[in-house]
Amino acid sequence: MTVANAPVLVPGAAESAPQHPATGPASSPRRRALSGLAKYLGLTPFAVYVVLFLAIPTVLAVTTGFFTEDGAFTLSNIAGLFDAQVLNTFAASFWVSAVTAVIGAVVGAVVCYALLGTRADGALRSLIDSASSVLAQFGGVMLAFAFIAAIGTQSLLTLWLSDTFGINIYENGPWLYQPAGLLVVYTYFQVPLMIITFLPALEGLKAQWAEANSTLGGTRFTYWTRIAFPVLAPSFFGSLLLLFANAFSSYATAAALVSQGSPIVPLQIRAALVSETVLGRENMAGALALGMVVVMVIVMWGYSVLQSRTSRWQK
Amino acid sequence: MFRKRHLAGVAIFAAAAITLSACASDTATPAATDVDATTATSAEDFGGLDALIEAAQAEGELNVIALPDNWANYGEIKALFEEKYDIIVNSADPDISSAEEIAAADNLKGQDTAPDVFDLGTAVTLASTDYFAPYQVANWDEIPDANKESTGLYVNDYTGSMSIGYNSNDVPKPESLDDLLGDDYKGAVALNGDPTQAGAAFAAVGLATVQQGGSLDDFQDGIDFFEQLNDAGNFIPVNATPATIASGETKVVFDWSYNNLAQASVVDGWEVTTLPGAVYTSFYNQAISKDAPHPAAARLWQEFLYSAEAQNLFIVGGAYPVTIDAMNEAGTTDEDAIAVIGNLDGDIVTPTEEQSAAASALLAEKWAAAIG
Repeated sequence: MTVANAPVLVPGAAESAPQHPATGPASSPRRRALSGLAKYLGLTPFAVYVVLFLAIPTVLAVTTGFFTEDGAFTLSNIAGLFDAQVLNTFAASFWVSAVTAVIGAVVGAVVCYALLGTRADGALRSLIDSASSVLAQFGGVMLAFAFIAAIGTQSLLTLWLSDTFGINIYENGPWLYQPAGLLVVYTYFQVPLMIITFLPALEGLKAQWAEANSTLGGTRFTYWTRIAFPVLAPSFFGSLLLLFANAFSSYATAAALVSQGSPIVPLQIRAALVSETVLGRENMAGALALGMVVVMVIVMWGYSVLQSRTSRWQK
Repeated sequence: MFRKRHLAGVAIFAAAAITLSACASDTATPAATDVDATTATSAEDFGGLDALIEAAQAEGELNVIALPDNWANYGEIKALFEEKYDIIVNSADPDISSAEEIAAADNLKGQDTAPDVFDLGTAVTLASTDYFAPYQVANWDEIPDANKESTGLYVNDYTGSMSIGYNSNDVPKPESLDDLLGDDYKGAVALNGDPTQAGAAFAAVGLATVQQGGSLDDFQDGIDFFEQLNDAGNFIPVNATPATIASGETKVVFDWSYNNLAQASVVDGWEVTTLPGAVYTSFYNQAISKDAPHPAAARLWQEFLYSAEAQNLFIVGGAYPVTIDAMNEAGTTDEDAIAVIGNLDGDIVTPTEEQSAAASALLAEKWAAAIG
């Protein structure tokens, strides 16, 4: 893969320096140090961006959890994380994220497998590939309203179903505006995200492995159980974790759909910040954010471990 | 973009005109420019109402926040203020909560876009007095003592009663709370917000409590009612807005009478009813920001809001202004408007500070489970 090649370019460039007649061997170590420095200088805009827009806001948000409104140090907000109500919210967030991640991963993987049967440079594969890239980013208020318009209680489809066939999809309550609705809506962007993250791994399966398998007398079954699955597993579970993190941190879609009870953590944070009836919980939002950060760090660590295992097979 | 530039042009023109006219009148009247508007506690401190108007016009702008046009007729009230005093009203974030108004004052402190005045629910008002500057309007005595902080840090401005709006084309008129549990109201009944976040929804639970025979000391009866409503499949967890009312998604809505009445004038078939028995009210509060970038304009806005002219506009919007008794006595009440909304009478209940705090704690603990 191209990523694996990237670091090679830099030493290559450094080694080519002595070939220039104007540069003596004496100045070479200094040049090398300078080019090393330049390498990091090039990262400056990105580093500044990360510090300003990611690190500082995260630290500020999370540290507010350790203070009272008056600025005194306290652990009561952190203790508040273990209230039954807050634990329920974390459990619901886990549940929604896990279910949509598994559905997204399985459906997405099946679609990827089906796509392997098409030509790699064919129109169908590139169409699905680019459509997935767009749909994976289609979230937030726009997506929520798209669903309300499509299958909301007063939508064309809902009314048509009930008028024409007598089917009331809201027989058991308005599930679209409850956590059950989030399962449907989140799955909408989880499947395409799975396709764009998992398809490269499937494409990385080398034809020679299948040939070697049959040369040695293996069957299609042994190919999948002994070769393809073990090679793909880290990539599959890595993608699954990515999907989990994606759902766990989603806010805007849920905020536009679910307006009662704040059943998931991002909505609890909103409630703690904007409530005009339950006051003095602004710092609780920081503690909730800390809880989310802990979950995300664990998930991302797991993702990077699996990712490095995956890359062994992709060199 | 065009609109903004256009406004800026008007502002520059207006500022120039005011400066010129100030110059012209300098010789005739004593200048009020040496008054520190940020510490003025009455129009007298400026040297009278005319001097206050002059100082406010010199500032030329007023920043208001969280005042939707269709809430208690604030659209007309803002427009009249602009027209009458030739001061531009910048209306920011109309749909945010009271708590977010205070957060905006914090975040924008020292900037010329910071809010000048607040319109706040009771809980936030009581928790945020550090943000207010005391001010007493000219007709201070017309405001009942129970409705104002003694130095004028904050003052009640208007109230509504908790009402039920319903679309008479789709559902029958509810005669009692228990009617709403019936099959006629499947998936139809909504609140304006989450009671653990929004004052109007909180009041709806309060109304349900007293209508069920409970007392405001304990909102459990109200929570139980909404749990039954949810179990019956009649509760729809969608925030009621003009859009959801127009589309028919929320066919029955608990909300302040002024909000429901505003919908009655634009949505075909929308009617408003209050149930017999206890009437639940809760005043909103007016306060001036002590960090107001336009301190004189903020004080003029307060004078204007408590004038009979603006108080009558609240009535047109379906709300009951705080000086209504004095206006009735003086004969300045808009009789046609009050005939439309009816007098506020019956067994009026409003939770005290302690009752609100207890109810908030109870809702924070029980609400999510009740409607989950």
